[in-house]
Amino acid sequence: MNSKELIIGGRRFGSRLFAGTGKFQSNAVMEAAIKASGTEMVTVAMKRVDMLDPQADDMLHHVSAAHIQLLPNTSGVRNAEEAVLAARLAREAFGTNFIKLEIHPDPKYLFPDPVETLKATEVLAKDGFVVLPYIQTDPVLCKRLEDAGTAAVMPLAAPIGTNKGLVTRELLSIIIEESNVPVVVDAGLGAPSHAAEAMEMGADAVLVNTAIAVAGDPVAMADAFRMAVIAGRQAYEAGLGGVCRSAQASSPLTSFLD
Amino acid sequence: MFSEELKQYDWDATTAAIASKTAADVERALRKERPGIDDFMALISPAAAPYLEAMAARSRALTQKRFGKVISMYIPLYITNSCTNACVYCGFNRHNAFRRVILTPPQIADECEAIRRLGPFENLLLVTGENPVAAGTEYLEKALQVCRPYFNNLSIEVMPLSAEDYRRLTLSGLNGVVCFQETYHRERYNVYHPAGQKADFEWRVNGFDRMGQAGVHKIGMGVLIGLEDWRTDVTMMARHLLYLRKHYWQTRYSINFPRMRPSESGFQPNVVMSDRELAQLTFAFRIFDNDVDISVSTRERPVFRNNIATLGATSMSAGSRTEPGGYHTYPQALEQFSVSDDRSPAEVAEAIRAAGYEAVWKDWDKIFD
Repeated sequence: MNSKELIIGGRRFGSRLFAGTGKFQSNAVMEAAIKASGTEMVTVAMKRVDMLDPQADDMLHHVSAAHIQLLPNTSGVRNAEEAVLAARLAREAFGTNFIKLEIHPDPKYLFPDPVETLKATEVLAKDGFVVLPYIQTDPVLCKRLEDAGTAAVMPLAAPIGTNKGLVTRELLSIIIEESNVPVVVDAGLGAPSHAAEAMEMGADAVLVNTAIAVAGDPVAMADAFRMAVIAGRQAYEAGLGGVCRSAQASSPLTSFLD
Repeated sequence: MFSEELKQYDWDATTAAIASKTAADVERALRKERPGIDDFMALISPAAAPYLEAMAARSRALTQKRFGKVISMYIPLYITNSCTNACVYCGFNRHNAFRRVILTPPQIADECEAIRRLGPFENLLLVTGENPVAAGTEYLEKALQVCRPYFNNLSIEVMPLSAEDYRRLTLSGLNGVVCFQETYHRERYNVYHPAGQKADFEWRVNGFDRMGQAGVHKIGMGVLIGLEDWRTDVTMMARHLLYLRKHYWQTRYSINFPRMRPSESGFQPNVVMSDRELAQLTFAFRIFDNDVDISVSTRERPVFRNNIATLGATSMSAGSRTEPGGYHTYPQALEQFSVSDDRSPAEVAEAIRAAGYEAVWKDWDKIFD
């Protein structure tokens, strides 16, 4: 989408790094890492939180801050019907209409189901939700989600948790070029260089969890990702020189036209 | 059904193939990004014993990447020791004379409350003997309904049921089913399980298909280490897991390696697995299957559990009582097996924390059922 400011659901985000809350060795380390990342959007799995009394939930205590938009995710649901129900409960429990739609019926690779995701987005967008769907890197699906009223698209860079980087680069670049909503590259980014590369390509934001949570020093890694995202974005805005695949002939082929 | 596929795997040929693995096979397996069943056989073989350290490092890295630095906590609740089987190694054997108990719904509620006082558990495993008449599907249905308000995630470890019965129980909040095949050796199976419904090998081994067909969220598998050659048995289980993943791709899977120890009386294990071998098996399984949940119960000693928590295991029980009513109603009744880790849930969680990991009590919400 590539607008100067990142605005999703009417809210402006100063940081283009979104963070996750899973896999950390303790809530204290998670809180410190979130702080170091500079993020303003943090996703939380509903299944990990006390949904009956979120105010009393220990993990949420470590995440909640005025500058942070909580992004409840529906991880665990297997179809559109369950996702819609979960999203409505999340709206009540968390007091936000932001929802990260994750429908992955395949628990091994956690690949999102495109059919169910589209169905759920149609329902939730009409119901006033700010929908951020986690999806396959499929340019046509992105356009269909736009039609359905999605607030952003979150295509995967590589299978979730693999740290493999921009495996889907060719498709991502098409999505970024064509999208009318913010493109948040989600899943598979394993190193700050991967995040920088996604930002250089023109992604509007990236979401990182595993690479920070299981790093030797998660707080230092969160800071490294913060800087990488800023650098990548700045490089994108500055206009990269582009790569030339052949040498420029010193006697140009068209000199006879001079 | 898996019983059909199982016919193509010859027990003795599998045993021989594992025994013939060499150091070169192990090194090749460790180099592969996606090791297959042959590689798994190399990694559990005696030839892999010198590679334990490298396997531990690989297993730890893979587990951290997929699951993070967390251990999911659960607790078993035995609701009956009534059993119509005659398994030669089991304390619940119908020929053993002791007081049989089938907890009533109010007693089950008392147990749930006692467990909640013990620790912030959200994952409950309901366990029974196998008595389809006196403690069958209807009884389990009631038990699940009683437990439902107390816990977010309910699993059962009971006799294999029909697909229809599994479906029926999911309506009462059933999320996971654990069932141990005990051994995949078709002929020897009946030596250990001479009577009752459990004597029917096919019914048991195809129970996993029925769980998959019923859409059970999570399936737990295991072989009882101490009956037949454990390397051959876990290879058969790995093949079974591959089969299930291909057929029931929406299901999550967990495995467990319960091992029998020599005891002063009663059934003596035919094979004894050392701590080193159990560690090797855990690492090998993690390298073979990055995604499977590996559960370690209180059968194992604290020192082993504290260390395996960061090397491949992903879920653990704590504070377990293995007798029905053991938390509140009948603290003195007969247990199915003796626990080796009697630390409190808080002590186990603290040991996990000291290892740089977090004990996670809630990782599911009943709204997803």
